Amino acid sequence: MERMPLERKVLNENDRIAGELRTQFARHNVLCLNLIGSPGSGKTTLLERTLESFAPTERVAVLTGDIQTENDAKRLARFGFPVKQITTGGTCHLDARMIEKALADWRLEDLDLLLIENVGNLVCPSSYDLGENEKVVLLSVTEGEDKPLKYPAIFFKSTLLVLTKLDLLMHVPFQLAAAEENARHIHNKMEIVKVSCLTRDGAQSWLQWLSERRKGVRAAAMVEVQGAAESARV
Amino acid sequence: MHEMGIANSVLDAVQAEARLFPSAHICKVGLRIGAMAGVDPDSLGFCFEALVRGTEFEPLILEIEYSPHKHRCASCGGLFDGPVEGSACPVCGSEDSQFIGSDELEFAYLEVEDGADAARTESPQ
Repeated sequence: MERMPLERKVLNENDRIAGELRTQFARHNVLCLNLIGSPGSGKTTLLERTLESFAPTERVAVLTGDIQTENDAKRLARFGFPVKQITTGGTCHLDARMIEKALADWRLEDLDLLLIENVGNLVCPSSYDLGENEKVVLLSVTEGEDKPLKYPAIFFKSTLLVLTKLDLLMHVPFQLAAAEENARHIHNKMEIVKVSCLTRDGAQSWLQWLSERRKGVRAAAMVEVQGAAESARV
Repeated sequence: MHEMGIANSVLDAVQAEARLFPSAHICKVGLRIGAMAGVDPDSLGFCFEALVRGTEFEPLILEIEYSPHKHRCASCGGLFDGPVEGSACPVCGSEDSQFIGSDELEFAYLEVEDGADAARTESPQ
């Protein structure tokens, strides 16, 4: 009997495809966000508020994942931007290959924002890199303020927490401050925005965050172009 | 929840190794799984056993090394294990620490029966 070391990640095939996607997104200056939250946390509604805020000329597209139905794609297609439903048939998360396949007939050069709505689930999507720039986690006030402690992986790996359904706060015992404290216990640099997609209160803070991230991608692209121009002169 | 998919990936990797080293009989596969990886070891073991049944690898043992959540003490900088909500630093007693987690989901080793030793000195990556 001999023991041979095998230093490799279990999901290395997913990570390989995700790495290729990330390279493609960077090459085409596309900001890609992976939105993750429980079923019913308000992912699709946040996307509706997002898409309705955009001018028709915005270069944005959405992939939305569910185990069954095209319902979310139908809801989101009303805004006139390219939307594609990924029905996983039972799989509880999106993986990089599903994204690669869904993007096959879209031209990334026509986009500068790709929003991915993952399957409603706080556990499994955290294990699968989709090549996104950042993960965004949603937590509604009808859930519980201890969710960051119960599902630490997704809060640890997300850079933004969107607290949703703030209009219901007066009706539920949800402790907003405790939720924020728990999220920052898991991820001390977590940015947090609070929105009600129903009343649109706070929606601006999310849109502002999004706009800053998009500016960041454009600025990085500019630096790259200038760098290339300078090295061409030399 | 996605343990069957993970179990599949593990078996895929074992099959890939077996193709590289046809003379080796793989009898055990070791994984390192962190508490934050979102994988339940019992459920993974159950799925893996079901997948392996009836294949040429049966009985293939899955051994899981499970690592608890890690925290970094804000005072002395030491690393320590503890529950997700944190605990006092075992070295300096400070209550102030930063959650680091542990999200490993990786292979650690394969155990093979004799016959593979010569083939395995240079492992292609």
